[in-house]
Amino acid sequence: MTAGREGHLSPRELDRFNGCVLPYLDAAYNLARYLLRDAHDAEDAVQDAFLRAIRHFDSFRGVDGRAWLLSIVRNTCFTRLRGRPSRGENVEFNEEIHSVEEAVSGPEVDLARKAATESVHEGLERLPVEFREVLVLRELEGMSYKEIAQVSGVPIGTVMSRLARGRKQLLLAMAPPGPKENG
Amino acid sequence: MLCEDVLERLSAFLDDEVDPLGSREIQKHLDACPSCTDALGRMRGLAERLRAEAPYYPASDSLRVRVSQAAWSDASRGRITGRRFGVAARGWLGAAAAVVVVLGGTWLVTSLQREEGSRLIEREVVSSHIRSLMASHLTDVASTDQHTVKPWFNGKLDFSPPVSDLSASGYPLIGGRLDYLRGRPVAALVYQHRKHLINVFAWPDERAADSGTPPRTQQGYHVIHETHGGMTYWIVSDLNPEELSAFARLLVTGG
Repeated sequence: MTAGREGHLSPRELDRFNGCVLPYLDAAYNLARYLLRDAHDAEDAVQDAFLRAIRHFDSFRGVDGRAWLLSIVRNTCFTRLRGRPSRGENVEFNEEIHSVEEAVSGPEVDLARKAATESVHEGLERLPVEFREVLVLRELEGMSYKEIAQVSGVPIGTVMSRLARGRKQLLLAMAPPGPKENG
Repeated sequence: MLCEDVLERLSAFLDDEVDPLGSREIQKHLDACPSCTDALGRMRGLAERLRAEAPYYPASDSLRVRVSQAAWSDASRGRITGRRFGVAARGWLGAAAAVVVVLGGTWLVTSLQREEGSRLIEREVVSSHIRSLMASHLTDVASTDQHTVKPWFNGKLDFSPPVSDLSASGYPLIGGRLDYLRGRPVAALVYQHRKHLINVFAWPDERAADSGTPPRTQQGYHVIHETHGGMTYWIVSDLNPEELSAFARLLVTGG
């Protein structure tokens, strides 16, 4: 069947694409919007991601069209983030530096306090992109750790620790200014 | 279990992603430790606020159009190359031809042609629906009043399309416009259900018997074909198939 395909979707593949992948366009845009924090960039990235998804549709084996599509969207967005150094986006992510375990002082807490906000949405937008990613997939997409791991291309243990750290950092940023919070 | 061990796994516990044994231990600790219970409460509150307050950004209509168009045009490029060079496609056609010869009948040819013909209309109808959303040329006559929309077609078409008022059932009329399908001008009527727009293309087909098809999906849109009382209707929308079918039934029976 792939022999006659010559790099294009066959009518059957088009049906399958429309049924398994296209329904997740909103999920794709929502993720891109949070990762890139720019409506226009997010549209471009999602369009790029879909072109890739169409080209590589023969690699789609499973039934989980959402995780498959979102992993392409995610990779497209991270490539774009690497291409925009001036925006100050933290792509060189370091699990150590970004750890807030036992943090009651130090650069992490200063950062969190500087980012203090009342709005949980703003707090989320200001988190390092790797934390933002897992939180969006978990809270807005309702994905399991296994699915998130598949989208982000990291082990489940990493998903677990990023979610824990992201939540801690967001809670710190949301904490009312003034008296020091005790971890 | 120590507080620090529990706190470390609290986030995974909240997500129900801790193994059953560990989960029981954490629960046991929480039952006895108000400060860890408090920390869990804060984390749960954060999760609830995120779900309630962080917006879920939907894709724009224009992005939806571009993306489904891309898939469709990729597939149609594949069909063209397939027709010219595709060994598999030729083989399939050959097999089909052989079957026809063996059966010695023409009914198969006719049904294949009919199938292919209705696929073609389906594609045309969906393209027209997308164009109407894209070019902000949804209606030539914008009115929710059937008695304004129906006479508007006088002199523009050689038939008078049935226009129903289905607002009581939740499908208000938005307006109508002239469209061009199957090489002829046709009536396009636009209805709405919640945020979904429905295009109904109608033209007379006296030869056809009353019939209806279940919804088919094309580029993420659903298409229903109905023939009723000498009129043929093509109904297309991104509305879910169940509600679109309900709308189609209302439409052909006049509400």
